[in-house]
Amino acid sequence: MSFDRFITEAISPWMKTGPSPNGDIVLSTRIRLARNLDRFPFPTSASQESAQTLLQYVRKALSEDEYQSVGALEFLNMSDLSANEKRVLVEKHLISPYLAEKSQNGAVLLSNDESVSIMINEEDHIRLQCLFHGFQLNEGLVLTNGLDDWLEEKVAYAFDEKRGYLTSCPTNVGTGMRASVMMHLPALVMTKQLNRILPAINQLGLAVRGIYGEGSEALGNLFQISNQMTLGKSEEDITEDLRGVVMQVIQQERSARSSLMRSSKMQIEDKVFRSYGVLANSRIIDSKEAAKRLSDVRLGIDLDLIQGVSGNILNELMILTQPGFLQQYAGKDLTMNERDIRRAALIRERLQLETE
Amino acid sequence: MLCEECQKRPASIHLTKIVNGQKTQINLCEECAREKGETIPNWSNYSIQDLLSGLLHFEQPTGHESVRSSQTMPRQLVCNNCGLSYDRLINIGRFGCSHCYETFGSKLDPIFKRVHGGNTKHAGKIPKQAGSKFHIKKQIEKAREHLEDLIEREEFEEAAKVRDHIRDLQSRAREGEGRS
Repeated sequence: MSFDRFITEAISPWMKTGPSPNGDIVLSTRIRLARNLDRFPFPTSASQESAQTLLQYVRKALSEDEYQSVGALEFLNMSDLSANEKRVLVEKHLISPYLAEKSQNGAVLLSNDESVSIMINEEDHIRLQCLFHGFQLNEGLVLTNGLDDWLEEKVAYAFDEKRGYLTSCPTNVGTGMRASVMMHLPALVMTKQLNRILPAINQLGLAVRGIYGEGSEALGNLFQISNQMTLGKSEEDITEDLRGVVMQVIQQERSARSSLMRSSKMQIEDKVFRSYGVLANSRIIDSKEAAKRLSDVRLGIDLDLIQGVSGNILNELMILTQPGFLQQYAGKDLTMNERDIRRAALIRERLQLETE
Repeated sequence: MLCEECQKRPASIHLTKIVNGQKTQINLCEECAREKGETIPNWSNYSIQDLLSGLLHFEQPTGHESVRSSQTMPRQLVCNNCGLSYDRLINIGRFGCSHCYETFGSKLDPIFKRVHGGNTKHAGKIPKQAGSKFHIKKQIEKAREHLEDLIEREEFEEAAKVRDHIRDLQSRAREGEGRS
């Protein structure tokens, strides 16, 4: 099947190519736009029939053309995918959990390198998302903006002079834009400085949340910072504000790393190599421990303590060891215990590949 | 205090349940609370919609003006395009279609203010198609002001020119609408 590669490879092509500015701390940058078509009811209140009409309409409009370097888009209908295949796409951040689980007549168009994803019949008619390696807000804004112009030539957007782009949820109205940056912040967590920084970030109208794990826990020390407000500020101002805050957090994390290395180098080294040892040798590992150990190893790579292992190991194994992926690899549903065994085996294998 | 369910992790969620006047206290860790989500209302399913509908419910008339607006905007107000009622909007925290924004109009200002840090007006990108229409609309507004000014100053010859210009702009705006 043509969509095979989307669900068998954990690491998207966009993660492997091109520059990755501030890539030691920022893993990826994402910009998404929420757009709706005039006259059609929003997906959350549309009938089956109307949702289907909209899906076919948008699909046809986008199938006749390509946008510059993005190339042809692959169309995947949610109803053609198994529950686990959808889960894998969610784990890769290519579709939202809402599209996978709740949408009716939902579909996605994916670019070859998986950096562009256009969801149809999500909470809004169209959700356009661009993913970038490292910290690249400006590049992300340019590409989404261009794609948005391209889409606008083909379909009539619901737009109002006063409220901007009209969306299903009042939290997205205006620009319809959510810009988010995925950061790895182990030193700020270790030194407990993050708790001091988070409230300040929230006060600036930005949200911080863990990417994996729920509640107050952020697995793998991975955090996402994104804008909350979409109304009353331009796209450029929103990304500029976010950029300023992220730059601050990057600097804080860097200085926390170097002060840790100054004050407790041996302890850090011990932590890093202990985790490396666990990953390289364990036979049963749960997702929580795997995330923690992978974060330590990634820190070790960034601090030049571990050599010869790719920094991508964190992003890749975080995705690869999610339940959907493990089951995809096994070709069947797995119990929690079976997953823990397979996870350990996969990590061992992956580390061996790196060091051979 | 340890979680009552697993007896392992510290309890971070403390729920007080009152059923028929009977008060019970439950102390759980986050994980067990999530697992028990179904039996604890408003915990596992608490979403942005709940938050929003909470905010909308909160919008009770307080001052003179809001009393007036609540009279002109009865709770039974229904969007004539998708059939969404104001009550339903409050309950689901989602609009039914783009026309809802017009239907519920200024009633929405307080909610936007709360969600978007006091803002109610879009300041970002304007789609190209809509853009030219707005541009003409803005020009018409400006020319009208100029026209009134000229009439006040009794400069009728100049006013006639401006009036013709406005007519021209208006017909251009109509053509643009016909196209889209």
